[in-house]
Amino acid sequence: MAKILVDNWPQFIHGFWNTVWCSLIALFFSLLLGVIFALMEVAPSKLASAIAHIYIEIFRNIPLLVITMIFYLVVPRSGIKMSGFAAGTIGLALYSSAFIAETVRAGINSVGKGQMEGARSNGMTYNQAMRYVILPQALKIVIPPLGNQFVNLIKNSSVLAFVAGFDLMYEADTIAFSSLETINTYIIVGVFYLILTLPLSYYMRYLEKRLA
Amino acid sequence: MATPIIEFKHVEKYYGTYHALRDINLTIDSGQVVSIIGPSGSGKSTLIRTINGLEPINSGKLIVNGFDLADKKTDLNKIRKDVGMVFQHFNLYDNHTVLENITLAPKIVLKRPDKENKERAMDLLKRVGLENRANMYPAQLSGGQKQRVAIARSLAMDPKVILFDEPTSALDPEMIQDVLDVMRYVADQGITMVVVTHEMGFAREVGDRLIFFDQGQVLEDEKPEEFFDHPQSERARQFLSKVITEKLGG
Repeated sequence: MAKILVDNWPQFIHGFWNTVWCSLIALFFSLLLGVIFALMEVAPSKLASAIAHIYIEIFRNIPLLVITMIFYLVVPRSGIKMSGFAAGTIGLALYSSAFIAETVRAGINSVGKGQMEGARSNGMTYNQAMRYVILPQALKIVIPPLGNQFVNLIKNSSVLAFVAGFDLMYEADTIAFSSLETINTYIIVGVFYLILTLPLSYYMRYLEKRLA
Repeated sequence: MATPIIEFKHVEKYYGTYHALRDINLTIDSGQVVSIIGPSGSGKSTLIRTINGLEPINSGKLIVNGFDLADKKTDLNKIRKDVGMVFQHFNLYDNHTVLENITLAPKIVLKRPDKENKERAMDLLKRVGLENRANMYPAQLSGGQKQRVAIARSLAMDPKVILFDEPTSALDPEMIQDVLDVMRYVADQGITMVVVTHEMGFAREVGDRLIFFDQGQVLEDEKPEEFFDHPQSERARQFLSKVITEKLGG
């Protein structure tokens, strides 16, 4: 197993960093989109709420692989060129954002109605009340479930392997195919994923305890 | 001279088919302290929640501080700058300290400069006897302390009117007096107060006017002494005898 690791070290590391990059980029955009769509879903405007609802239901209920394939194979036909890495990262960001939106929405709804009434009666606009009173409390509540979403996101980034995204899983497939050391290769890759996800899991558990 | 600050004219309010407010006609003058009493479920809370637009009305006219609440174009935020509210369950901002609870709205709504804002807040905290709690969070306070902070938070906006929705109903008996003392201070400032309450002592001693409310209607509207000594309606007599028996019994 050590031989496989040493012989293919550059590929493993290359894949590892691509997985890290893809995860970080998708994390940033899925969090941003997730919060925006959560805010739209709870907004008083029926139109905003309906748009957010449709978005969330679509991306939550289509397999990640299908979304990714659409960006890799269908979207480029309209003239937008896209690498496998880009298609996979966009697919991952949109897919995860739907779950994050649902999590954040649940957090916002769990903040007592009195907080909004207090803020509005105090002269704040809906947006001010959301920004200074409701959302900070909601985000604190959803930190533990968001952590689970982040772990899922890292694991789901393996979808890049299907669209030549040169991530950890893609490199593993290549190494396994050329060396025929299938079992050892995938065990090593599993360990690489654990290096990313385990510390995050434990950190979230720690945060959960501290915030409780 | 008395100038009206709140005017209800033929106000009606429904929750679905439930008729919550029936033909309300009321004029409250600037500086008046009005107590609203009545059985639970009578619509008292709904009545005062219409004054700052937390509950929309279905028909009639409701003029508050010159703004028409029945008009959809009215900017409710403009009304709420001058009309504070104190709730039964305090509704302090749980994510902010006591001091920040008081300074937040003046800072972002009135754009009051930080230094002045903080001084004013500390001054108010001293008034309500909680200056040493400035950096605590609401969760660390007792109910009575929370309610005094909530009143200070309202006062910091320099409102013309403060609405009190059962401000002492969720408090332990020994906490109530401190809150009532602060409310008396508010009354002394000449701020118009509309108080939904079960505190007959407050209604009698501090209130200028007493409204007995039942089944969505104003049944009596008079000087507190007159109400307590000579209630006109049968419903009011029944209510008073119950309240007084409960006090003696409890």
